[in-house]
Amino acid sequence: MARSILDKLESLDRRWIFLAIGLAVAFPIFIRFGLEPNVSPPVKAFYDTIEKLPPHSRVLCSFDFDPGAKAELLPMCVAVLRHIIEKGHKPVIFTLWSLAPSMVEEQCNAVCKREYGLKYGVDYVYLGFKEGREAVMVSMGRSMRDAFPNDFYGTPIAELPLMSDVENYSSFAVLVNISSGYPGTKEYVQYVEARFDIPLISGASAVSVPEYAAYYQSGQLEGLLTGMTGAAEYEKLIRRPDFGHIAMDGQTIGHLVIIAFILFGNLIYIINRRRKA
Amino acid sequence: MELFWTSIAGILTLSVLSFLYADNPFYKAAEHIFIGIAAGYVFCAQFHNVFIPNLWTPLTQHGELIMLIPFALGSALFTRFFKGIGWISRWPMSVIIGTYAGLAVIGFASGDLVLQVQASLIPVFVPATIDAFTTNMTFVNFLNIFTNLLFTVGLITVLFYFFFSLEHKGGLKHVALAGTTLLMIGFGAGYGYTVMTRIALLFDRFYFLFVEWLKIA
Amino acid sequence: MKREIPILITLIFGVFMIIQFFIPHPSINRIAGTLQEWAIVVISFSYVLGSANILRINGEIVYRRGPDWPYKLALVLAFLLMVSTGLFGGIQEGSFANDKLFKHIYVPMASTMYASLAFFIASAAFRAFRIRTWQAAVLAISAVLVMLGRIPIAQDIWSELPDVVEWIMNVPNAVAQRGILIGAALGAIATGLKVILGIERSYLGNE
Repeated sequence: MARSILDKLESLDRRWIFLAIGLAVAFPIFIRFGLEPNVSPPVKAFYDTIEKLPPHSRVLCSFDFDPGAKAELLPMCVAVLRHIIEKGHKPVIFTLWSLAPSMVEEQCNAVCKREYGLKYGVDYVYLGFKEGREAVMVSMGRSMRDAFPNDFYGTPIAELPLMSDVENYSSFAVLVNISSGYPGTKEYVQYVEARFDIPLISGASAVSVPEYAAYYQSGQLEGLLTGMTGAAEYEKLIRRPDFGHIAMDGQTIGHLVIIAFILFGNLIYIINRRRKA
Repeated sequence: MELFWTSIAGILTLSVLSFLYADNPFYKAAEHIFIGIAAGYVFCAQFHNVFIPNLWTPLTQHGELIMLIPFALGSALFTRFFKGIGWISRWPMSVIIGTYAGLAVIGFASGDLVLQVQASLIPVFVPATIDAFTTNMTFVNFLNIFTNLLFTVGLITVLFYFFFSLEHKGGLKHVALAGTTLLMIGFGAGYGYTVMTRIALLFDRFYFLFVEWLKIA
Repeated sequence: MKREIPILITLIFGVFMIIQFFIPHPSINRIAGTLQEWAIVVISFSYVLGSANILRINGEIVYRRGPDWPYKLALVLAFLLMVSTGLFGGIQEGSFANDKLFKHIYVPMASTMYASLAFFIASAAFRAFRIRTWQAAVLAISAVLVMLGRIPIAQDIWSELPDVVEWIMNVPNAVAQRGILIGAALGAIATGLKVILGIERSYLGNE
């Protein structure tokens, strides 16, 4: 009896596993625990970089991800924009991903215009999308206007008060990159941070973070946010809990279930191997 | 009307999820619509954000006739569709490859090679870490004693693992083994963080289905 | 003509991208800048080519009533609907192309496709993540620690766990990643130079 159960478990139809993880992650949507994230040093370093900027700094924000990663990175963008705005800085936002421009625009307007009532062109600017990846990054280091002659709405950037005296990266206090892959943080480290005089802080999809840890350790990144947890930690720092906090319950249960799967799967494997030996 | 479009989003979400049970016509239809919309969106994004401001406006309003060159090169990509003149599309391809190759040489050299090597050129041992451990005996303070050693000697072992000009046997086998161990720790971290991403994305979809669409939670 | 000109173009563009770094003189910068502007336009055209290719291949299948043609028809119609509304009405907030097609059709599907990988990773954790060697054990321990250390209850499990995970990420993981980065950088530099100097020509095809 026990043997047949073990054999069945080892060759369990994967759809039962799908069901189990689905139920586990969905469960906290109905019963919330309200778990609070712990703030990690790279997130604090990101926060401190924004905190220490001179008053009314221009902050260049490159939000490079498509809707596939929006769950992780939009909460991060919102939290970071709120911090930038509340400190009195002026965000200049753009994207290098062709599937992102309207998604980023909507979020940018939701926070800057509708939540804080900022004036477009004076307090914030949305440049939209530009193709060319690394070529655009390097081009902006020479001249912002060569890469982005117009903003997202077709207005020449020279006509926008916030952008009228912008030349290149030197016109910005810091570069904030929130990305889920290529082009993103790795390319900004290689082509911008190493080459032009601008500090770089990054928020990334968790799957990319192990690679970026090397850049954070070497000081090429001054701060690093990790996925949904990073967003939740940032929300905690700015005292504005939002979707990142809501997602922490699901994140916790999801991790625990995957760990249980690894342990349980190996337990069955070891028992079966001994039995067969 | 908003409910109608949210319901469309909900039905499409369920159609994609239905693949988990088995491949089916709903998933196939959703998959094809997905590609069609994505390709169309990319086309429009390129038109409004690059073609108009970076090519058409300089050419027609600022009289920058030199922009006819990238226009001609870009158009030459379409010669791929015609037999006999398809080779012309190699010219614009060369523009792309030449640009990226040139940028990559500098980017990888200055961003990755030099600065990453430099970050590991540190003393292998910092006496202050011992003091920190003796005053505050935590496990992390104990680990910190080995931090610089790992960044210097550890890095050499990882690099040695990828170095195949010498056979990994005898004492060298242990060096490569140490490198493999560090790589395994890195890959384990990579796995953990991949789980993190996927769970976050899945939670978002359930949140959309149950809270934003069905409003049952 | 067929091989020499592309190699020459690659050389010119590649060399200017490199020398603008070493010789930041305004005249060099101007030329390199112009070449970059051209490249941006050409790369943009390549995406349009990709979209046109999708339309051509699927349009042909629909025309011939080939396999799965009703699905291909759905693809072509979705493409044409997006292009016709997006080109004339724009893709900004408030447009039909964004508010309806992109936000309510593309976004949910894209998010769900990536999210469904959670199911497969769970299945892999149960069925394939087997600790057969001690290296696999190291990988598993690292993965489990990282997963535990990055959730809110980490401190309740062990007060030092978040710090230990931070150390794993910033030291042994960073060392491993650094080794990979350095190796990949050497490879990328060598390949880049070979392409620019015309030694590596596989991108030109066989003809």
